[in-house]
Amino acid sequence: MSARTEAETAIAREVRRSRLLTLPALVVLFLAASGPLVVVLVYSFLTAGDYGGVTWRFSTEGWQAVFLERDIFDDTVSIADAHLSILWRSLRLSLMTTLLALALGFPTAYFIATQPEKTRNLWLFLITIPFWTNLLIRTFAIMEVIRNRGIVNTALMKLGVISEPIQMLYTDFSILLGMTYVYLPLMVLPIYASMEKLDFRLVEAGYDLYATRWRVLRRIILPIVKPGLIAGSILVFVPSLGAYVTPRVLGGGKNLMLGNLIELQFGQGRNWPLGSALAITLLVIVMVALLFYVRTAQKEGGGHG
Amino acid sequence: MKRMMIAALLATGASPALAAGELNLFNWGNYTSPELIEKFEKEFDVEVTVTDYDSNDTALAKVKAGGHGYDIVVPSATHMPIWIAEGLLIESRPDEMENFRHVAEEWRDPDWDPGRRYSVPWQWGSVGVIVDTSLYDGDIDTSGIVFDPPEALVGKVNVAPEMNDVINSALYYVGGEPCTTDKAMLKKARDVLVEAKPKWLSMDYGVIEKFAGRDLGASLYWNGAAFRSREKNEDVRFGYPKEGYALWMDSAAIIKDAKNVDNARAFLDFIMIPENAAMISAFARYANGIAGSEEFMPEDMLNAPEVMIPEEHAAAGHFIETCSPAVQKLYTAIWTDIQK
Amino acid sequence: MADRPFAIKRQPGFATIAMVCFLMLYAPILTLVAYSFNAGSSIAVWEGFSWRWYAAAWQNELVQDAAIRSLVVAVCASFFATVLATMAALGTTRTRPYRGLTATYAVINQPLMVPEIVTAVALLIVFAVFKQATGYTGLGLLILAHTAFCIPFAYLPIRARLEGMNLSLETAAADLYATPWMAFRRVTLPLMGPGIVAGAMLAFVISLDDVVITEFVKSAGQETLPTYMLGQLRRSITPEINAISTALLAISIAMVTIFFFLNRKKM
Repeated sequence: MSARTEAETAIAREVRRSRLLTLPALVVLFLAASGPLVVVLVYSFLTAGDYGGVTWRFSTEGWQAVFLERDIFDDTVSIADAHLSILWRSLRLSLMTTLLALALGFPTAYFIATQPEKTRNLWLFLITIPFWTNLLIRTFAIMEVIRNRGIVNTALMKLGVISEPIQMLYTDFSILLGMTYVYLPLMVLPIYASMEKLDFRLVEAGYDLYATRWRVLRRIILPIVKPGLIAGSILVFVPSLGAYVTPRVLGGGKNLMLGNLIELQFGQGRNWPLGSALAITLLVIVMVALLFYVRTAQKEGGGHG
Repeated sequence: MKRMMIAALLATGASPALAAGELNLFNWGNYTSPELIEKFEKEFDVEVTVTDYDSNDTALAKVKAGGHGYDIVVPSATHMPIWIAEGLLIESRPDEMENFRHVAEEWRDPDWDPGRRYSVPWQWGSVGVIVDTSLYDGDIDTSGIVFDPPEALVGKVNVAPEMNDVINSALYYVGGEPCTTDKAMLKKARDVLVEAKPKWLSMDYGVIEKFAGRDLGASLYWNGAAFRSREKNEDVRFGYPKEGYALWMDSAAIIKDAKNVDNARAFLDFIMIPENAAMISAFARYANGIAGSEEFMPEDMLNAPEVMIPEEHAAAGHFIETCSPAVQKLYTAIWTDIQK
Repeated sequence: MADRPFAIKRQPGFATIAMVCFLMLYAPILTLVAYSFNAGSSIAVWEGFSWRWYAAAWQNELVQDAAIRSLVVAVCASFFATVLATMAALGTTRTRPYRGLTATYAVINQPLMVPEIVTAVALLIVFAVFKQATGYTGLGLLILAHTAFCIPFAYLPIRARLEGMNLSLETAAADLYATPWMAFRRVTLPLMGPGIVAGAMLAFVISLDDVVITEFVKSAGQETLPTYMLGQLRRSITPEINAISTALLAISIAMVTIFFFLNRKKM
């Protein structure tokens, strides 16, 4: 009887100790990460102040403005295609970035994973450096390359392929290119981590059974590295959906993504409730994507023995 | 280790963190003369920081949000009444300061700051069209360059993301008046803007570099930037739209919750001295509102068509008043429409 | 088995794509580094080799100010984040699941899952209210914000290390009559060492590189190196930015190199 209570108290003490250890981190995070999110939600239900800020009056105008707009001249209410087109652009560009990163990242990760031990570290090192480089620097670097007097245009003109510089900057294309460039390492590293665990004897067995390269890839390799593919996709999709710096620098202020639209509301737009509502919308979309990831990852875990 | 680093940096001439006071300027980007700051720092033993903003609205939003730590802000004439009405400025009475006598007659009593009780002239200029004439050599004195770009300029036009200047220019273009309550006119202006936008390249600041790098063909922008662009790319010309163009003035004022009020007042007084006003102009290449500063300004400015408005275009320039809040709301709605 | 007609690991085209990727990744960066040595003031037209932009950046007061501030914030934030993350890791690994553990994970990893712009505007609002109420405009709020989003970055390597550790060493210490505190200090902590260092370094780099949150949260004159560069990007771009970028790049490379060396010596 007493032995059991002793064990119980020991466990309780351990649990309490664990809780206490985690507490400071949780407090800091609550103050400067989770807590503020609640504030954003609250602000989305307030009224916009005349010149920024909010007035403490309940209103659903912020949320309404996300989806609907009232034409200023004939007072008709219609779908806010301004916001929806920006949302669509963000989703479109993020998905395209993810796919592009996947198309480029998978072979790269495969390549690194199939290198002999000695050189493999070198390649890993090379792919990790961009990952640890400042996002702004990388965006700036790609801007330099694609501007009218940048390397690509100057080279193409020198080679006589074109006579006028191709306008690459300040288009949707430049944002796509910029985001792929910036987030590519985030795709490669998880896929590589998954691939490291790939036992190539399975691949060999596949070839022994006269499978073609394509079948081996599709039936043996891909299913095993799937967790890495999904992780990489999430790591690219989520940041690119909420991207702010890259579209701002490469988009020229004309091609807004969701992140820029949100920022606009807190600056020139002077509509904090709308900005808050948009931020929460972004958060919800991201959460849905993450939920999807968790669901798929769990299914994988159950399926493969 | 950190101390060594700081010591090393101080040795290479970092500004002394031991100055008697501080002053925090909140000003337009690329608009403050470093020499002016240095002169002020030496004369008054004050350490000055300069923080940039891109637009009147951003500045207003930031200061209204509170906790900014700035002492001086430099709003445009169109926004000054808002700042005053919202109680965001200290009534520092520059008109009673020692150097007020240098302020030019025409700037002593503007509508938007009667009697100059809050602000001191910083610079003034015009909103027009900057064109790289190597791409287009037609008539540039029209805002049609931006609102209905000629073939050669389609896809190469930039528009400053400054709501009031853009909408006012559009209103002039369609034959209306700024701050009009005529909804039909406003609708026309809105439609012109929405139609023109796909032909634009960007809506951004920082055009000087872009003209220098030939990334741009034309831009709706301010005259000083045109001048600086021309210095880097000699094909750049500034057009004064004949449909009507806006004249603006920026003035410096002290923010209500400034922490360094004395230094701020000293600064306001300081910039009314002709020599110093000339420094401000020499940097950003705009005219200033201080009489007698001409003799200190650089030669090329006194002859530049961007700064000294040529006779034939003078009539089309108007100072824009501040719109009523109701019209402001309409402007904002139009602006949002364009932002997609 | 007989010799293979092809290498089993090779997939057609993959090596090419990989090479293209590496090229794509490095070409812009190398160009950026190259032009930082440009004698001219353009970032596209090469006019000879010169150190002038490094000198200009070094002497530029704004750059110095921003650099010092970046370092101060990064050092403080990474220190606090590492300490908090170490404690949190100890409290969440190798224990039996207790109530609220999943929620704890969620909160700790939140900065990784929530887009930065959302956190940035959230902090803008909260800090604005705070600053208006108290008039505080010091660096503390910035450090608090950085610490918060650095915690998960410090947490992950430490936790990974902790999970991979063998309990037997600590049991042995206990067998030798060590008190729990002694066992922790002399056995657990040193074993966690590489993980803690990795976490600290990651947190440091993340803080140093942050643009979005800092841009929204900073008060008057509180520029960090990235926000300074962002401002410059929108105005006059000179090779000075290239010089600063190259310097930051050098720091990143140094960090990665150390990181790799540390990870080599696996216990």
